[in-house]
Amino acid sequence: MSNNLELQVSHKDKSHRKIATLLSVLFMGLGQLYNKQYSKGISWALFEIIALIFFIKPISQGLYGLITLGETPQVRERGRVVDPGDHSILLMAEGLLMLMALVAVLAIYFFSIRDAYLVGKLREQGKRVMNFKETVRNVWENGYAYILITPTAICMILLTVFPLIFTALIAFTNYSSPNYLPPRALVDWVGIDQFIRLFTMESWRGTFLGVFSWTIIWAVLSTLLVVFAGLFVAVVLSQKIVKYRKFWRNIYIIPWAVPGFVSILIFRNLYNGEFGVFNDMLRSVGLNAIPWLSDPMWAKVSVLLTNLWLGFPFWMALFTAVLTTISKELYEAAEVDGATIVQQFRTITFPIVMVAAIPLMVFTFAFNFNQLTFIYLMTEGGPSNANYTYAGHTDILLSWIFKMTLDNGQYAIASAVALVVFLIIAGFAYFNLRNTKSMKGDV
Amino acid sequence: MPSPKFKKTINRFIVYSILVTLAIICLFPVYFVFIGSVNPGSSLHSSQVFPSPADWNWGHYLALFQEHDYLTWYRNTMFIAVSNMLISTTFGVFSGYAFSRYQFKGKKQGLMAIIILQMFPTIMGMIAIYTLLGSFGLLDTHLGYILVLAAGSVAFNTWIVKGFFDGIPKSLEEAARIDGASNTAIFIKIMLPLATPIISFVAFNSFIAASMDFIMAEVILRSSSNWTLAQGLFTLVSGQANNNFTVFAAGAVLISLPLMVLFFVFQRYIVEGLTAGAEKG
Repeated sequence: MSNNLELQVSHKDKSHRKIATLLSVLFMGLGQLYNKQYSKGISWALFEIIALIFFIKPISQGLYGLITLGETPQVRERGRVVDPGDHSILLMAEGLLMLMALVAVLAIYFFSIRDAYLVGKLREQGKRVMNFKETVRNVWENGYAYILITPTAICMILLTVFPLIFTALIAFTNYSSPNYLPPRALVDWVGIDQFIRLFTMESWRGTFLGVFSWTIIWAVLSTLLVVFAGLFVAVVLSQKIVKYRKFWRNIYIIPWAVPGFVSILIFRNLYNGEFGVFNDMLRSVGLNAIPWLSDPMWAKVSVLLTNLWLGFPFWMALFTAVLTTISKELYEAAEVDGATIVQQFRTITFPIVMVAAIPLMVFTFAFNFNQLTFIYLMTEGGPSNANYTYAGHTDILLSWIFKMTLDNGQYAIASAVALVVFLIIAGFAYFNLRNTKSMKGDV
Repeated sequence: MPSPKFKKTINRFIVYSILVTLAIICLFPVYFVFIGSVNPGSSLHSSQVFPSPADWNWGHYLALFQEHDYLTWYRNTMFIAVSNMLISTTFGVFSGYAFSRYQFKGKKQGLMAIIILQMFPTIMGMIAIYTLLGSFGLLDTHLGYILVLAAGSVAFNTWIVKGFFDGIPKSLEEAARIDGASNTAIFIKIMLPLATPIISFVAFNSFIAASMDFIMAEVILRSSSNWTLAQGLFTLVSGQANNNFTVFAAGAVLISLPLMVLFFVFQRYIVEGLTAGAEKG
C-alpha cells in the first residue's frame, strides 16, 4: 500500500525537471521559482531583465558593426568634418567586446537552465534541496579554485586573448595606410588577401622569408651561444686550482645585474663606427676599423656578441648549481678507468647538466624569438636592406611587425605576419610541453 | 715528458688567463659607462677611455636633474614597477596556487592556454591594445600601461608559482582540512608562509621586468611627462651624433646602482626560483 503511494507521488513529480528546464528556457529564473527557490529565482530573473533592457541594443549594434565594419564614410567639406561617419576599427573592437559579452550572457543563461534542471531532478528523487545560504557557501567552498583564478583570467582574456583575436580579425581586412585608414575611409573584410600578398608577392615574400630565416638563426644561435658559454665558464670555475671562486663568480654575474636596456644602449655606443671605443682601440693598434653596426654581417655578429655578454651569467649560475650536485665519486671512478678530462666531460658532466638545461633552453629560445626590445634598442633593425619591405638586416619577425604597425601603418599585413608568428610559437610550445611532467602528472 | 709540476703551472696559467680575460670583458662596459658619466665634454666623440681623474666632471649628474626630466622618469618608473609588482604577483600567486592544488573542470586547457599565451608577447596585439586602451580612455596613462604589463607577466608568474606548489606535499593541507580548516585558512595560514621564497622571486622579477620594459611603454606612453627611464634614456642616445652621451651615462649609472644592489640581494632566489619553476615544466 505504502509502496503504491510512493510510486504515485514519484509519477506525479516526474515532470519537475522538464517543467523547470522549460520555464528557465522561457525566462531566466522561472525554473528556480517553480522549484521554490525564490531568492535565487529572483536574482536570475533580475539579471535577465537588466540584460534585456541594457544590453540588447549595444549587442545587436556591436554585432552589426562587426559584420559591416561601418557603412558611412566620413564626409568632409573644405577640410571640416560634416558627418563623422563610422570608424571601422572602433566598430570592430566594440563588436568583438559585445560578442564576448554575448557569449558570457549565454553561458550564464545556460547555467541557469542547467541549475533548474538539476534541482528539478533532485526534487523528483525526493532529495533535499539546498537553500540560498547553503548554495552561496557551497559555491565558495567548491568553486574556490575558480575564484582564485578569476582575476588572472579576466586580465588575460581582456589584454591577451582579446588582442590576439582582434589581431587575427585585422589580418582579414584591408586596414592600412594610406587608403584604408578610418575615420577618413572605411575598412573592409577582404578574406585571405593579405596572406596571399604575403606569400605570393615577390617583395613581401622575399622580406618574409629573409626576416623569418634570420629570426630562426638568431633564436638558435643566441640560445646555444649563451648556454655553452655559461657551461664553459662554470666548468672553468669548478676546476680545483681556482681560488676565490665566489669573487670570480660575482664579477661574472655583473652583466646580468646591470639593467638590460642600459647595457644594450652602452653597447650601441661601444660599437659606434666613427666614435666607438672598439674602433678606437683597433685603430690605435694599427688595424682597420670594423663597420660594426653598418655592415649587415657585422651587425648580426654584434647583436649576437652583445646577447652573449648579457646572457651567459644566468647559465653560468645555473650550471654552477648543477655541477655541485654531481657526485665526486663518478669522476674518481672515471679517473681510475683512465678517462681523460675531455672524456669525463662528455660522458659524465654534459649529459647531467643538459637534463637540467633543456626545459629552460626551450623557454630561452621562445623568448629570443620575440626579443623585440633587444633588437630595437641595439640596431633598430638596421642596417637597412634595399630588397626588404619595411625591414632591415637585423630585423626579426616581431620588430618587423612593430615597424610596419607603428611607423608605416601597414596594420593588416602586420597582423597577418603576427598571426603566422603566433601559430609558429603556439605549435612550438604545444609540441614541446605536451608531454612534460606537469601536463601529464595529476591533471 | 714535462714534469707534473710544470704541467700544473701551465694548467694554472691557462685557467687564470681565461678568468682574467673574462673579468675584463665583463667589467669593461660597466667601467666605460661610469667613465663616460664623468668625462669632460658631452658627446661620445670626445669620450676618453682613460681621462685623468683631475678632469673628472660630475656636472652631468646635475644636468640630469636640471636640464632633463630625470626625476619624473625615475618616479614614473618606480610607480609603474611597484604597481605592476603588486598586481601581477597577487594574481599570479592566486592562480598558480589554484592550478597546483585544486582539481577543476578546464584545468588542463587553462594550463595549456597559459603556457602558450606566456610565449605570446603582449606587443603582438599592439593594434588591439592601442584601440582598447583608447576606447577606455587609458591611452597615455600609467594605469593603462600597468594593466598591460601585469597581464603580460601574470602568465609567467602563474606558471612559476604552480611549479613551486607542486613540490609541496599534499599531506600538509589534508591534515588541516581534517581539523576543519577552510580553503581560505589553509591558503593564508599554511600555504602562503611556505611560499615566501617563490613570492619574493616572482615579485622581484615583476618589478625588474616592469622597470626594464621599453617597447610597450613606447607604444602606450606618448607624452614626455609620462615617460619611463628607458624611454627617457633612449632619447638621449638614439640620434647619430650622441650629443648627450655623457648625460645618458650618468643616468645609466644612477638607475643601475640600486637595481644591481637589489639583484645581488635576490640573486640566490632568482636561480632557485627559475630552476624550481622550470624543472616541473
